Amino acid sequence: MSAVTSFLTRRRGQGRRWHWTDVVTWAWLAAGVVLMFGPALWLVASSFKGPAQLAEFPPTLLPYVQQTAQVEGHDEPLPLYTVTREDGTEVVLAEIRRIGTNSQMVDPANPEERINVNIADREPVREVGFATENYVAPLVANNFLRFLWNSVFVTAVATAITLLTNSMAAFALSKYDFRGRNAVMLLIVATLMVPLSVILVPLYAVVNATGLLDSLWGVILPTVATPTGVFLLRQYMLTIPDELLEAARMDHASEWQIYWRIVLPLTAPALAVLAIFSVVWRWNDFLWPLIVLSRRELYTLQVGLNTYAGELNVQWHYILAMTVVTMIPVVLIFVFLQRFITAGIAGAGIK
Amino acid sequence: MTIRTATAAIALALAAAPAFAGEVRIMWYSDGVEGEVIQDLLSRFEAENPEIDVILDNVAYQVIQEQLPIQLASGQGPDIARVTNLKEQAQHWLDLRPYLSDPAYWETNFGDRLDWMREEGSDAIPGFLTQLTLTGGFANATLFEQAGVAIPGEGATWDDWIEASRQVMDSQQLPAAFAVDRSGHRISGPAVSYGANYIGEDGNPAPIDDGTMAFAGKLVDWTSQGLMLPEVWVSAAGTTYRAAADDFINAQIPFYYSGSWQVANLSTKIGDAFDWVAVGTPCGDAGCSGLAGGAALVAIKYTQNPEEVAKVMEYLASEPVVREFSERTLFLPAHAGVVAAGGLQFQSEDPNVQPALEKFVQASTETLPASDALPAWRWANAYYGALVTRISQVMAGELTLEEARPLMDQDIADQVAAAQQQ
Amino acid sequence: MTSLGHWAGVLVTAPLVLLARAVDPLLRAWQRWTGIGGMAAFFLLPNLLIFGVFVLIPIVLNLAYSMTGGTEILLAQRPYVGGEQYARLLECQDYSRPLTCREDQFWTAARNTGLFVLFQVSLMVAVSLVTALILNREIKGRGFFRAVFFFPVLLSPVVVGLIWRWILQREGLLNLLVVNLGLEPQVWLNDRVTAFAAAVGVSTWAHMGFYTLILLAGLQAIPRDLYEAAEMDGTPPARVFRRITLPLLGPNLAVVLVLALIRGVQIFDEAYVLTGGGPGTSTLFLTQYIYEVGFASLLRNPGLAAAASMLMAGVLVVLTLVQLRLSRSSAGGQR
Repeated sequence: MSAVTSFLTRRRGQGRRWHWTDVVTWAWLAAGVVLMFGPALWLVASSFKGPAQLAEFPPTLLPYVQQTAQVEGHDEPLPLYTVTREDGTEVVLAEIRRIGTNSQMVDPANPEERINVNIADREPVREVGFATENYVAPLVANNFLRFLWNSVFVTAVATAITLLTNSMAAFALSKYDFRGRNAVMLLIVATLMVPLSVILVPLYAVVNATGLLDSLWGVILPTVATPTGVFLLRQYMLTIPDELLEAARMDHASEWQIYWRIVLPLTAPALAVLAIFSVVWRWNDFLWPLIVLSRRELYTLQVGLNTYAGELNVQWHYILAMTVVTMIPVVLIFVFLQRFITAGIAGAGIK
Repeated sequence: MTIRTATAAIALALAAAPAFAGEVRIMWYSDGVEGEVIQDLLSRFEAENPEIDVILDNVAYQVIQEQLPIQLASGQGPDIARVTNLKEQAQHWLDLRPYLSDPAYWETNFGDRLDWMREEGSDAIPGFLTQLTLTGGFANATLFEQAGVAIPGEGATWDDWIEASRQVMDSQQLPAAFAVDRSGHRISGPAVSYGANYIGEDGNPAPIDDGTMAFAGKLVDWTSQGLMLPEVWVSAAGTTYRAAADDFINAQIPFYYSGSWQVANLSTKIGDAFDWVAVGTPCGDAGCSGLAGGAALVAIKYTQNPEEVAKVMEYLASEPVVREFSERTLFLPAHAGVVAAGGLQFQSEDPNVQPALEKFVQASTETLPASDALPAWRWANAYYGALVTRISQVMAGELTLEEARPLMDQDIADQVAAAQQQ
Repeated sequence: MTSLGHWAGVLVTAPLVLLARAVDPLLRAWQRWTGIGGMAAFFLLPNLLIFGVFVLIPIVLNLAYSMTGGTEILLAQRPYVGGEQYARLLECQDYSRPLTCREDQFWTAARNTGLFVLFQVSLMVAVSLVTALILNREIKGRGFFRAVFFFPVLLSPVVVGLIWRWILQREGLLNLLVVNLGLEPQVWLNDRVTAFAAAVGVSTWAHMGFYTLILLAGLQAIPRDLYEAAEMDGTPPARVFRRITLPLLGPNLAVVLVLALIRGVQIFDEAYVLTGGGPGTSTLFLTQYIYEVGFASLLRNPGLAAAASMLMAGVLVVLTLVQLRLSRSSAGGQR
């Protein structure tokens, strides 16, 4: 009974025998690990498949390449197949060429004799292999380093501006009492209701009018005044006792010093959370940079990735590979900062 | 206040860099290798003309469709762009005529299709088609052979083709018999083959006619019978484009209706896996018409350097360059001189490529007038959009075809009304 | 490691600290001259300036767009039509049957969005709550598991849509499993029920980590002695959950509900990449409708799209206010 209580209420004491709640817990957690990581791993595995293999059904879990063999009398290596002979035995042969449903094959051990095989009776011999050209080709041809630099620039600058302006606004909104404070707060929260994707046209008009079109600042500035950031920081700053500020004023600290030397350091956990979110958001931004940037040398990674979607054909093998590339920094953040992020949000996010 | 000044200063300093004299920007999208080919051709041009700096911005097609129009509306944009939406944006193209050394060359070689890209009644030369496209079908010859089904010959109807493909599907246990790209453009040639005409006598859209309904009805029936691969059309809303090429490449369907631009794509991706042939457009009651189209390279009116732009365009439109571009990209040329001279050496070792391209050249002589009129018609996209949106809903079982008919007319009328609202 | 990080931190922040010192005299002068009110204005100004230019002005412009017609993109070239666009959107014989409406796709999208929010928010709250309860137990590797559920939050919506499309399509991972179990493969995104369920499930998958953490923070703030006292009294667990856990979790649950609702109504990127609105129009949501009408289609109609987005925002504001009012009254004097 008490075990059930602790499941529904709080933590269960360790040790003792397995209770069904433990089974549920571990089943849930195991399913969680598979469900949360599995899809991303599938993407990574798929990104190493060649274009033909991507369209294969049923799909294979791992990427494969066809084995080839160097056969005497042929300059190029020939692809190998397992051929089922009429008596049901199987033999590995190399294919010279295919004409219609007929395949001309040769035994690598006996290169003189030509064997004709119906293509229904042959299966390619494959081994696990990685189509690394999915990665190499775009990285070499696509001026990848330039895109990477643009992405880093946008992410870093936008995050810095976000932290500074949002924390200043949050400071004013939490520590000063002035007319219209609630109105400002309401206005900021209300804009949460209008997502960017539905005001694209007017926003574009504004960016165009301010001359920021086709510049990285046109990507940065519209995103930095996040209502979420102001809201989060303000909620956190409200918990800082006003007495601290009063004491500092007694010591002739200026308001700027109070903000900079007292409030900001105390808000560090919330700032860290906002910083991490801002980095992830700006790194992942896609639609808006796509609209603002049309010069290739200004592309961010996410936009560069999209050039593989043509009018008539999508080059999936490149898109998947480049998607994995853009995920790498996010995964690194995850690996190195996960404790910090989750503890930070749990501790600071909502008070 | 300091912040505002600082922001303004930063904004000014980093605002879009002014176009330098001698700089020409080309906005380009790629379906295959044409981006690399054009870059190569342009590098040669730059070597010969060091005073002109040509910058190729390779962008997603989405940028051409969604972002370029807004740039153009605000009087901006690149100097040259590769676009497919030619007629509707004609007011933004630059008339190259005064800058060209030999306008007659352009009229002789590209004259037929200049109407696709200029305003009604104008004689401007805004650019040229980088490639001509024609819709048409492809068959997986190896699958047909394995099934022991003969590939339908000249004059075979749509019904013949689908029946033959069904036999292949049954024999080879394939998920479907055929697929058509999800696009209003793609089904319009076949619809014309069943007697459809989209254009009213006044040049405005005509109501959906029985010819259109006949082919749409067939598509819907084939989908509900499981003959047409359902996910291409059904699994998207609105006017989203979806190609079914991957299913053909993967030998999941023996017959695929798309167009000439797929040749390079099919050749690269299919490789030696099976033999495929281009088969033109199957016939309807009124004919066997595909639908022509193409992408054009056009000069933009808002350029600072029209002379340099004209020079780049003259180079790219010159006969040897057009020839090389077509041979390397496996695109059909739209240059009358190149077509007349013939003897294009398409650069491919794939034995399937040359006959396929020849088939498309031959099929281009069989198009009907109602189909030839569409590329230069202002409301074509309104029509295509309504067809895709509503026929997909019918296929998904949300509407009957009869219910869809007035909705399509309404959709088209809405578009026309909105565009004419001044 | 720590000292290295420390010095790196000092190096990065040193210029900032110096800059902050340098501006102090200027700001002191400003403060002396304008008083505290002036300082409040100073702190608010940068954010409000950016906010005003890039958020408020576009919203106001959007309102202006919604009262114009035609297909021109620049506002100056568009004719004023008053409430015509709104009238067109709202014209309907029977609101429960979208096909009887003038803009049937708008109403289809509205209905789909309503259903989506209903299912997604319930699923989100249920899954997040269970996960938070489990993560609140004393289990080995809690930090690790907490992070596991958070991982998808870091992925971009486009990547999320792409990953799952790659799993659910005909050649996808799910069919590989299905075939191995000896069952018939399905085209999951081609059936209205499974496609809709996929949209709900995938968006839950992508965001549940965030809500789980909010709820977990709430759970951990509940004083332990409350439970100990309840256990001592022999209170049944279901009752403890209802009487202690739920009420004390109230504020956090309210935050989760409001945020999930707002984001649910705005569902776009991941669903767009995943299903494209299909099959038919069964996963066509409002934001996609607005995006396509106003921006993406070949013949765009910015006025109609703007009107639709104003209607959507209006409904959202009302919903949020109602929800906040409800959760405040039910939470009683908790806050």
